Amino acid sequence: MLPSVTHPIGDFVRENVPNVLGYLPDFIQPYIPSAEIATLINIIICMVAIAVVGIAPVPVLIYMERKVCAHIQCRLGPMRLGPHGVLQLVADIAKLLFKEVYAPKGADKFLFYLAPIFVLTAPFLNLCVIPFDKNLQVADLSVAIPFILAMNGFGILSTLLGGWASNNKYSLISSLRSGAQIISYEISFAMILLLVVMLAGSASLGEITASQSGHFWDWWIFKAPVLGLLAFIMFLVSSTAELNRAPFDIAEAEQELTGGFHTEYNGMAFAMFYLAEYINLFTTSCIATVCFLGGYHAPTIGILAIDNILNFVPGIVWFLGKTFFVVWIYMMFRWTFVRPRVDQLMALEWKFLLPVNLLLLIFGVVFLAFGWILP
Amino acid sequence: MSTEKIKTKEYIKRYLKRCVSGPYSLLCGLSVTLRYFFNPKRIVTEQYPENKKTLKMHNRFRGHVVMVEDENGENLCTACGMCERACPNASINVLATKNIAGKKVLGKYLYHFGSCTQCGLCVEACPFGAIEMGQDFEFADFSPEAFEKVLNKKEGRG
Amino acid sequence: MSKNILLPGFREPPVDEDFEEFYINMGPQHPSTHGALRLVVRLDGEKIIEVVPHLGYIHRGMEKQAEKLNYIQYIMMSDRQDYLTAIQNNLGVCLALEKGAGIGVPERAEYIRVILAELSRIASHLVFYACFGGDLGGQTVLLYGFKEREMIHDIFEEVTGSRLTTNFFRPGGSNKDIPDTFVPRVKALLKHLEGALSDYDRLLTKNIAAMDRSVGVGVLSKEDAIAYGCSGPVLRASGVSYDVRKNDPYSIYSSLDFNVPVFYNGDCYDRYLIRFQEMYESIKIIKQCIDKIPNGPYRSKEKPIFKLPNGSFYAATETAKGLYGTYVVSTGGNSPYRIHTRSPSFGNLAALNTMAKGQRLSDLVTILATIDPVIPEIDR
Repeated sequence: MLPSVTHPIGDFVRENVPNVLGYLPDFIQPYIPSAEIATLINIIICMVAIAVVGIAPVPVLIYMERKVCAHIQCRLGPMRLGPHGVLQLVADIAKLLFKEVYAPKGADKFLFYLAPIFVLTAPFLNLCVIPFDKNLQVADLSVAIPFILAMNGFGILSTLLGGWASNNKYSLISSLRSGAQIISYEISFAMILLLVVMLAGSASLGEITASQSGHFWDWWIFKAPVLGLLAFIMFLVSSTAELNRAPFDIAEAEQELTGGFHTEYNGMAFAMFYLAEYINLFTTSCIATVCFLGGYHAPTIGILAIDNILNFVPGIVWFLGKTFFVVWIYMMFRWTFVRPRVDQLMALEWKFLLPVNLLLLIFGVVFLAFGWILP
Repeated sequence: MSTEKIKTKEYIKRYLKRCVSGPYSLLCGLSVTLRYFFNPKRIVTEQYPENKKTLKMHNRFRGHVVMVEDENGENLCTACGMCERACPNASINVLATKNIAGKKVLGKYLYHFGSCTQCGLCVEACPFGAIEMGQDFEFADFSPEAFEKVLNKKEGRG
Repeated sequence: MSKNILLPGFREPPVDEDFEEFYINMGPQHPSTHGALRLVVRLDGEKIIEVVPHLGYIHRGMEKQAEKLNYIQYIMMSDRQDYLTAIQNNLGVCLALEKGAGIGVPERAEYIRVILAELSRIASHLVFYACFGGDLGGQTVLLYGFKEREMIHDIFEEVTGSRLTTNFFRPGGSNKDIPDTFVPRVKALLKHLEGALSDYDRLLTKNIAAMDRSVGVGVLSKEDAIAYGCSGPVLRASGVSYDVRKNDPYSIYSSLDFNVPVFYNGDCYDRYLIRFQEMYESIKIIKQCIDKIPNGPYRSKEKPIFKLPNGSFYAATETAKGLYGTYVVSTGGNSPYRIHTRSPSFGNLAALNTMAKGQRLSDLVTILATIDPVIPEIDR
């Protein structure tokens, strides 16, 4: 059976479905698998919930990106549709819906149309293991961290397929560059997550969050004195590369390759890539929050009166607040820095990030052995 | 990229220097954008169609050619044709007629706005100050006939 | 590929060899070619073997039209050549016309010319800064460069009537006098610019990614720079100290105190640094002139019809892109027999192949950004 978190809704379904099914006529009673039907209904509820949780932040993120970009650049961003431009995304999606989706001449049609479908599977699967609150988690896998790493590897497949299947030299160059970039940075990404696993003692995200319970100086970013901050910065750098986001967006470097691997896609196929980028951004920020910033725990200080107020706010609000803070950091990175060249990008990973991450792992062991972690 | 062999010590020194100078330069850049982000007084754009009432161009702005007319609609043009000769693009056609007294006056002042380069040479050439450059800049239209304008309302003086 | 793009000198790709060369067309419409420029790039993986620029997409026949226009009308045409520094083009043409007609220029007009020309140089170098950062991937830098340029445009609109195609200078002075608000506005602009330029310096100059992408990339040696006829910042970055304002001074430049920065490596980073320093030097020049504008006429006495005597006349100025020369051949009358413009971007772009050989595709974009060509100036 699937591992699942005890959750009031799940328990409610499990108790009441046999009662409801008991109203059916008696002669088919022995043949109804009521426990299995209850599980099936639970699964469908989880799928709908994950779909909603995955897609709901995307309008907020896209609006936030445009506004952050605008305010850095001394302008205002979308202002016309809706008050302060909140309905801009509705217009964009409507435009994308009405555009024609066609494959260019000479493209491999099956692979061309398969690529945007694959690209959305990985981020949704990643969302299943993230604890949004104490019992708001679809599956508390004990191997959650390797699962996330595996899903990241799955996401590169669609970039390679999409670039190769469009009959276009620019797309080919960009998808190969992106493939090389992502498989290189997966190593750094994995090492930082390995550091967190080592410090927390478990690869399950629920337990990693539980190891940060307490006050705000119990979060891993503060608990290991300098190590936590360095590890967080390394995580930000390698995950920016994993997400194909600027300044590591050589896959879609507009100035050189006019669109990269999604040049030939329009309409809803392009919307899939666009959507997947933002859902991935949200998911990676969630992982950063869980691993470094304390997950759904409130930043309590130790003074009882303030702590009561802080704990009164539900955990999911703290979780989303911290996630959007991390998203804001990603956006500031995107709009400030220039892009390194391909070989310099690879050199950054293999010559700088990998040795530094190994050093951080060694320091993590030293910190654990000597007990320099804050209590 | 240089291909000569670099000594190990030199390489390590350069590597460590870059480890420090690199992130420091990036932080400098971040500080500039953070300052611009948190400072809404620096917004330099205007909300264009909403602020049309208060929008005013500079006096010398070269929009399109207009005829100077007083309250009665009388213009100062004598149909001398200097503007037509000064225009590099043949965007002006001065069609003269004879008025009742037999004097040559302005009949129609045809202005082909579609080929006008808004250079202002016609205004400089006019010895009577009969034309000037207007301040308008919104000219988009659906039909090409809107760009063939007749600038005068009445016949000119002789 | 079809035969008609293989110029003599390109090796025909053999079908049986194990080769990985292929051609990429960075066509006339591309987010980073500066104007309608078509580059056919021959690549081996990511390394460039050869780059051939194809020009002519924006040829408008200006030199042919000049045979029918008179001299004053040609000044209007000249601002559509290097439209980023239109007023410096006007200045170049007027200098040639004044040389031919033997007209002098009053003091006030000289000061106005220098101030407006240097403002236009700052505006062009701001576009360079914006496009350099934008081509490297920082979209914010793109917008920051154009933000300051808007203020310069505002001043131009107030003085000349138009932001870009100014059509302001005439032989003997300028079209109109400067308005009263000119001097305070320029002073306010200078104060603002110094703060803004120091911010932009912090954002990009020592940025490790920008430095990695431009140091040692696109090296142009001194001999090649002279052989290709480069001028302006491209030439001075390769170690040749030639600036028309210092070596063949015109207007009042010989009495002004400014430096001409010269660097010796010839790579993209030097070309970037030179233009940034030239902005500071231009601010220095404007500061020297802005308080000393003398009273007096703004144009020497003009004849109703401007005619040049028989002969040929040439005048060179230093625009933001390099040496802009105007060669006028006249057979009397108010219309030239021939006007030819020596555009600086032509020589600079000719050196592209030498600079880009052996570099990668991403470097081509950086090199093109630091050459800073303006294609309408090449095609006319």
